[in-house]
Amino acid sequence: MSPAVAPVPVPADATPTPPWTHHFKDYARFLIRSLIRATDGGWLFYGWMTLLTAIALVGANAWAVQVRDGMGVTALSDHVSWGLYIANFTFFVGVAAGAVMMVIPAYLYHDESMHDVVIVGELLAVAAISVCLFFVTVDLGRPDRFWHLLPGLGRFNFPFSMLTWDVIVLWGYLLINLHISGYLLYTRFLGLRPNPRWYVPFVFLSIVWAISIHTVTAFLYCGLGGRPFWNTALLAPRFLTSAFVSGPAFIILALQVIRRVSSFHVGDGPIRTLVNVMRITILINLLMVASEVFTEFYAGGSHTASARYLYFGLHGHNALVPWIWTSVAFTTIAAILLLRPRITEHLVLLDIACVLAFIGLWIEKGMGLIVPGFVPSTLHELVEYLPNRTEWMISAGIWAFGLMIYTLALKIALPIFTGEFTLQSSPPATRPVTGQDTAASR
Amino acid sequence: MDNPTTPSPAPANIPASAGVGRRTALKAVGATLGAAAFAKALAPLTEWAPNISVSEFLQKHYKQLGREELAAILARLEAETLERYGAEVHISDVPPQDDVQFAYALNLSICIGCRKCAEACHKENNHDRPSQQSYIRVLEMQKGSLDLEKGNAHYDHPVPQKDKFYMPVQCHQCDRPPCVSVCPVEATWKEKDGIVVVDYNWCIGCRYCEAACPYHARRFNWTTPSIPKEEVTPVQAYLSNRIRPQGVMEKCTFCLHRTRNGRLPACLEACPTGARVFGNLLDPDSEIRWVLENKRVFVLKEDVGTRPRFYYFFDE
Repeated sequence: MSPAVAPVPVPADATPTPPWTHHFKDYARFLIRSLIRATDGGWLFYGWMTLLTAIALVGANAWAVQVRDGMGVTALSDHVSWGLYIANFTFFVGVAAGAVMMVIPAYLYHDESMHDVVIVGELLAVAAISVCLFFVTVDLGRPDRFWHLLPGLGRFNFPFSMLTWDVIVLWGYLLINLHISGYLLYTRFLGLRPNPRWYVPFVFLSIVWAISIHTVTAFLYCGLGGRPFWNTALLAPRFLTSAFVSGPAFIILALQVIRRVSSFHVGDGPIRTLVNVMRITILINLLMVASEVFTEFYAGGSHTASARYLYFGLHGHNALVPWIWTSVAFTTIAAILLLRPRITEHLVLLDIACVLAFIGLWIEKGMGLIVPGFVPSTLHELVEYLPNRTEWMISAGIWAFGLMIYTLALKIALPIFTGEFTLQSSPPATRPVTGQDTAASR
Repeated sequence: MDNPTTPSPAPANIPASAGVGRRTALKAVGATLGAAAFAKALAPLTEWAPNISVSEFLQKHYKQLGREELAAILARLEAETLERYGAEVHISDVPPQDDVQFAYALNLSICIGCRKCAEACHKENNHDRPSQQSYIRVLEMQKGSLDLEKGNAHYDHPVPQKDKFYMPVQCHQCDRPPCVSVCPVEATWKEKDGIVVVDYNWCIGCRYCEAACPYHARRFNWTTPSIPKEEVTPVQAYLSNRIRPQGVMEKCTFCLHRTRNGRLPACLEACPTGARVFGNLLDPDSEIRWVLENKRVFVLKEDVGTRPRFYYFFDE
């Protein structure tokens, strides 16, 4: 306003302090301004967030009722004891692992255009892992005893229980990705060049770790000798392959939305690379499905009852038949669409292919994998399962919460990468005032 | 603006500040409404939380409990049973004995499929009444085949049928129990007399053990068990038949509250045909030893490598 303002900060900066102490202040500023930025936007943003909040609240309420009244409010039973929650958990571990398909081209093959947008994948990993952890939590009969799982406090049955391995790899993957994206965002917010020493080793660790999360998740199931449908060595490779379809499919859709609603530059290069990945992985996945189906049906016998139930129904029970054929149709159509040489120029067709692949694999990894493991039961009783209203409400609530996390993370991250949001720039809400302020003081 | 010494802002700034105020006010209203809606959505939790006392929440794993701590827990559980079910019960901690290895055998030639064992289990183990829960499932099997796919657990006609035989299935107390390996929190383990038990106050209810068991031997408490007070079996043990809380796993314990005190399992006492044989493998004069030495016994699903302690045999 007046030149008198300008000298004030100078003495403060001049006081001799260790070089790192300013980070306390700057990091606090980073967090506060991120919070302000994350809650500020246009009507489209408010509308989107209100919608997601409403869905998340419906889910939260359904979960609270489930905790109070017991899991008897779900359609689960002693015969089919895991259902929609664990199905979603399994699938979203794949989405989180699939984000690595941006990291590998960016860091291993030095694809510059991918490098510019890789943050979109790293933040997706954070959001997807959060979704996974929520799905496991709502599946617990006693969420109040969650602390029994904490190493040190509880009793951690490591290394015998694969579930303890899963706890380690999932939390590890979440922390690694939080560190990488948090470090990159904070240094760029300060206007500094990120020091490769502080994040590149973690990027390479995250590549290995991404493989581990879906491998360990497959081991949860394929290690059970009493469930022949899951007890196959092909399970982990299948999980990884389908993850490298569903992850890229989601990212391609997200990149196009980002291109429309923000000033963040998304070139065609990253989308082309991801399509090339999907072209291969979706075909390998179909090959693996065909290979399993052949093994099950050609050999026959009572170990193959689950597969027969899944694809054709068994003794008049066929609840999953429409699901799995929808999945087969969707993934096959998506595979054919992706084979079109110029699919990246027909964005509508590409979007259709991505949506079909995503839904098709959600069914395959969820209702098509978890539920038939329980039907028929280990004593060959045929008790069917379809999720009920409570389970759909809770699941939708978690999806909405995951999308909220992803939206807010991108809302903070993208302006940092475009240079709109830095330490020098002021919080958006007070920008007009400060703008005049600065102008006047100059 | 940041500096208190700054002269009062120029009038040009006022509309902008007012704009900030309006926006901030709207945000504050939104945040308040959101928080209120969130509290309302989670309100059912406040009706559930009072059921869990602080001492229950902080309770340690069974194996970490000192003698006095355990005594206090047993007293608390007895008081809770009185308060919630109106039933006076005695809950004790019955440890395994030395030089005892329990095993069970079942004569398929004389089992008639009457399900008296399943009913006795239902009563003895204080199972939820409406769901007719029991640790025993009786399969009606086709004569000439051991293929479970040809079995039927839901038969509803006079027994025994001519062309059928009957195979009750309960926990096999495996020596290599997959349910124990998979438990992430060590809430279930094998005791030194061979019985696999669950600490119902430590289980988190993930149901991984239920997925891992090849014999469908484990059950989950989908709701709080409901039992009329006059039907509650009053002689209870911490690791066996005390009324289980909602949201945890449960399983057959060979009635350890009876068998570790020299009695027989409830299912065996209820059997009208004498098809069931129970005893100590280390006692050379026991009936179970005689059966294992003189009958051609087999175990269910030997190929999955669980090494059951529950044997089946035929007379012929």
